[in-house]
Amino acid sequence: MQLNFQHIQAAHCENGVTANLLKHSGIHQITEPLAFGIGAGIFYIHIPFLKISGGPAISFRTMPGQIFTRTCSALGVKIERKTFSSKEKAQQFLDDCLAKGQPAGCQVGVYHLTYFPKEFRFHFNAHNLVVYGKENETYMVSDPVMETVTTISAHDLERVRFAKGALAPNGQIYFPKTSEPVSEERIKKGIIKGIKHASWFMTETPVPILGVAGIRFTAGRIKTWRESLGARRGGLYLAQLVRMGEEIGTGGAGFRFVYAAFLQQAYAFVKKDELLEISKQFTAIGDLWRASSVQASGIYKGRITEQQDFNVMGDMLLNIADKEKTAFKALQKINWK
Amino acid sequence: MKKDEIPQDPSPLDKFTKEVCYAVDETGEYTTALSRGWQVKADALGITWEEAQARTANAREKVRTGEVSPILFFMELNMMDLPIVAAYTGLWQWTVKRHLKPDVFKNLSDKKLQKYAEVFDVSVEELKNANPNAA
Repeated sequence: MQLNFQHIQAAHCENGVTANLLKHSGIHQITEPLAFGIGAGIFYIHIPFLKISGGPAISFRTMPGQIFTRTCSALGVKIERKTFSSKEKAQQFLDDCLAKGQPAGCQVGVYHLTYFPKEFRFHFNAHNLVVYGKENETYMVSDPVMETVTTISAHDLERVRFAKGALAPNGQIYFPKTSEPVSEERIKKGIIKGIKHASWFMTETPVPILGVAGIRFTAGRIKTWRESLGARRGGLYLAQLVRMGEEIGTGGAGFRFVYAAFLQQAYAFVKKDELLEISKQFTAIGDLWRASSVQASGIYKGRITEQQDFNVMGDMLLNIADKEKTAFKALQKINWK
Repeated sequence: MKKDEIPQDPSPLDKFTKEVCYAVDETGEYTTALSRGWQVKADALGITWEEAQARTANAREKVRTGEVSPILFFMELNMMDLPIVAAYTGLWQWTVKRHLKPDVFKNLSDKKLQKYAEVFDVSVEELKNANPNAA
């Protein structure tokens, strides 16, 4: 059995799953940037004292499921979301969905994801994909970061749905419950809500490890890494920052470009000239993130390893933080009336 | 980033897929295009793998000299840390830590060993010998 599901490749997995599922349920206007912007997917946190795979705990993405939840709630779409303790029940529920003609979004861990190249299989549990069919013991999968649809065996799917460790998916499954078109007016409201949420989060959360303040925090830490860890481990930490930021389109530069694209597309619904102007700012910020990754790579490749080079890296992030603050503040100042 | 600046470097993704990138075209409009990969990212991944391999080799050596039990070797091989092994086996972290001692490991029941073997995708025999390719 195979449902008629349109696979559109995306830069980021949860954006892609959200956009593809909503499109399937009849919201034809939705695109990846719109889902990302309405769902306020832009995020930054640097948790001190916590290590992930022996490196700094930095995340550019929200908790898994947040983008989907926020986008749907902003558009007035009811959703179904379930986690399971029993593997059998999780599979049964998925099979029932497919039998009812409902493609289902699943949160999975990537470590046992058989169609991923070995180099990318880390213990990372916040990946998302859509299951849209089943033939014997093989599930048909639309993984938004892949160019084409793919398949996975029932055994492997169970394994990735019940991956363990941080952010364990517990078989999480989700999909929109209703399927009716959404008015342009509703999308407009969703866009405004998403922009307000993101700019509030990035600039006004009173915790100095979140949003723009979090980027500043990381910048300060980077300058101490050479002294406290040595050039080699400091380089490994920076490699982790780059991996978190750039791997498969998620995080640093990638997210800024998607956000810039979102502001451009938002203009089609909300005719505010500021949107186009600020979109250009985000493009420039994305380029700065890329430049900082190049600087970091110089360090972890061992080309430049002086304290001076770590300082330059930290200053680049400080500059990014300033520019982002300006851009998000400008978004907050838009008069939506 | 402009569309013609999207990097097209060789990457470990080569045989699997290309990535979607958002970039602006000549008129300043955003569009998507596929990227083969970016050297900066490939290097970040590469150095992380080298580190993981060095840790695995180090663990293998320690198992050989009898400093730690084979569990550490398989942990490193699978890029797991204590919390992850504990979560997969359903044991406490301090229990797993205890099982890293060769003397404790020696006396583990087959049931416990089986648990670890399943998590690491090997047979009990392979687990005991710290050799994933043994028959």
